[in-house]
Amino acid sequence: MDKADQTPAPSWGRYFKWHQPRQKLQWRHQISFPDLKVLPYGLGRSYGDSCLLQHGTLLDCSNLNRLIHFDKENGILTAEAGLSLRDILEFAVPKGWFLPVTPGSQFVTLGGAIANDVHGKNHHRAGNFGHHILEFTLLRSNGETLHCSRTENSEWFAATVGGLGLTGLIVSVTIKLKSIHSPWMDVTSIKYSNFDEFCALSDSYSKSHEYTVAWVDACATGHNLGRGIFLAAHHSEVGVHDDVKINKQPGFNLPFTFPNFALNAFTVRAFNTLYYARQQQRIVNQPQHYRNYFYPLDGIGQWNKMYGSRGFLQYQCVIPKENKEAMRSLIESVAHSKTGSFLTVLKEFGNIKSLGMMSFPRPGYTFALDFANQGQSTLRLLSRFDAIVSEAQGAVYPAKDARMSAQHFRQYFPKWQAWQKFIDPAFSSSFWQRMLE
Amino acid sequence: MNTTMNTTMNIENNSTQAWVVIFGATSAIAYEVAKIHAERGYRIALIGRSPEKIEVLAQDLRIRGSKDLKTFICDLNDNSAHQHVINSIFELGIIDRVLFAHGTLPNQKDIEDSVEATMQCIQDNALSTIRLLTLIAPKMVVQKRGLLAVISSVAGDRGRKSNYIYGASKGFLTRFCEGLRNRLLNDGVHVLTIKPGFVDTPMTAEFPKSGLWATPQKVGADITKAMDKKRNTIYTPWFWQFIMLIIQHIPEAIFKKLSL
Repeated sequence: MDKADQTPAPSWGRYFKWHQPRQKLQWRHQISFPDLKVLPYGLGRSYGDSCLLQHGTLLDCSNLNRLIHFDKENGILTAEAGLSLRDILEFAVPKGWFLPVTPGSQFVTLGGAIANDVHGKNHHRAGNFGHHILEFTLLRSNGETLHCSRTENSEWFAATVGGLGLTGLIVSVTIKLKSIHSPWMDVTSIKYSNFDEFCALSDSYSKSHEYTVAWVDACATGHNLGRGIFLAAHHSEVGVHDDVKINKQPGFNLPFTFPNFALNAFTVRAFNTLYYARQQQRIVNQPQHYRNYFYPLDGIGQWNKMYGSRGFLQYQCVIPKENKEAMRSLIESVAHSKTGSFLTVLKEFGNIKSLGMMSFPRPGYTFALDFANQGQSTLRLLSRFDAIVSEAQGAVYPAKDARMSAQHFRQYFPKWQAWQKFIDPAFSSSFWQRMLE
Repeated sequence: MNTTMNTTMNIENNSTQAWVVIFGATSAIAYEVAKIHAERGYRIALIGRSPEKIEVLAQDLRIRGSKDLKTFICDLNDNSAHQHVINSIFELGIIDRVLFAHGTLPNQKDIEDSVEATMQCIQDNALSTIRLLTLIAPKMVVQKRGLLAVISSVAGDRGRKSNYIYGASKGFLTRFCEGLRNRLLNDGVHVLTIKPGFVDTPMTAEFPKSGLWATPQKVGADITKAMDKKRNTIYTPWFWQFIMLIIQHIPEAIFKKLSL
């Protein structure tokens, strides 16, 4: 085997090992497609293989990052699709604008955010990223450019939002930003002791707060099952808090890949227990800078190396609210698994209907977990989760997946057949090839 | 405290009035420098060959806050165009900063046996900038102020078989800048020599990348900081200063046997 084949392919979980050719696009008026199959690629924050294409070329869009137009009265920004959310925030926050929806990393491009129709902690208020996209241009491999919005080429809009980058290359995007008065957030953290308490908190805080999410101690069992810290927040009306430390851009990079044993059952449990114990009062109110609130992990460059050379597997699912008991048994399976999940997040999606045919968010509880890759035992655990999710009429998030079965995918995304017609013949991804097997 | 205040105010004043001029504006490093200046409100003049590319950047920099932005389409390989474009630039007003960012990086193996290609490399990476500097210097002297920032390269610090034609061109440029800095000092004009190491740009797309490679963002920020502080020579990222210090001190008897 060639040495290059053993290096991780550029997706965030570092789980797949193969040599992945990439071609950088530099200018939006000079885009040409190579003969091989292609897949648009942004910053590689998808965890599994939805951003990879073995035996093909990634069209790296990260240099297509220029601004095209800004309407400063209404906060409407048009930019090239490789622009990162971080670059948008650096530009927009000083002018009083913010992303209407943001995932947990700002190292995500506009194009990637559309292709995965990403969601954030304000899903119950604002829906998905796609809900705030006014328009985008889609370049097909036959050279045709489609202007897509909810009214123009609307079927292409619906196929591309959440379309996993397969319907063509998103070249430019127009997004409506939201107005803010301060880069600070007013954050309320509530220590809660089990899953039922989470559900009650979520019901009440979703009504009063724009952002809600919970960190879960995934190792707790019995009457503590599902305990954690519930975070509710909204944008502050106050200008500055000089006294609070801000997490700047990656202060340091993890200099090397951790040994594979670094995250084991013991350290994962210790971390979870300590994290839960850290907050002593039941309720704490504090201001937090938006970077610390939304992107705590962005402060450590390449934190994915923490999981060792075998990489890690993420699992994010959604389960309808009426099947709450299925969510409870899922939390139970995690707690009783040998490894335990290092970072576990629970959130309730609201009822806003997704615009994309293949969008992941739908009403219910969404649960995100991560596991250091320990081979077959990890895969077996995740298959057990699938059985629960599929039985409960839930779904698994492709952006984080590296192993779901084609059969489950078709159940989770019932519009896949209608959507398939919109895939560009020159485009594919390793994820999609897996789904066709 | 007072000094900091004054420096800040000077930058503010400069940025609203004076111009920053960028030759080779479509280079990835130049764009990063331009972005920072646009955010500060500077008036910016972009010079490049491709009207489409220059327009993409002009649009971006205007939105980012540049108070005024002019573009000049000019093939800098065409020596006869230099005088005209420089005259037009100095008609804009006071020129505060000029960045020279154009250049090419040919593959050594492809050009080393060709007189023509070797001369072309020297033309693109040394002579073209030296021509521009020679034409601009007296105009800066008339202004009695301003800064000329020239992108040279760590490759200019010592000749190596893998890259000596490009390296010799950049070395020529580095030496020229040294002398020019010395000459212009008493006229209030400063010369900054910039020596980037490996930078991940379209120019180096073909190279496999290791941990020594830097992003254009990092290099652009370093260059701007060096301009603000009127440094003489900078290596970017900083650790290249130490790498080159070692490389320059290896005795020639040993160095000639190395494959670097």
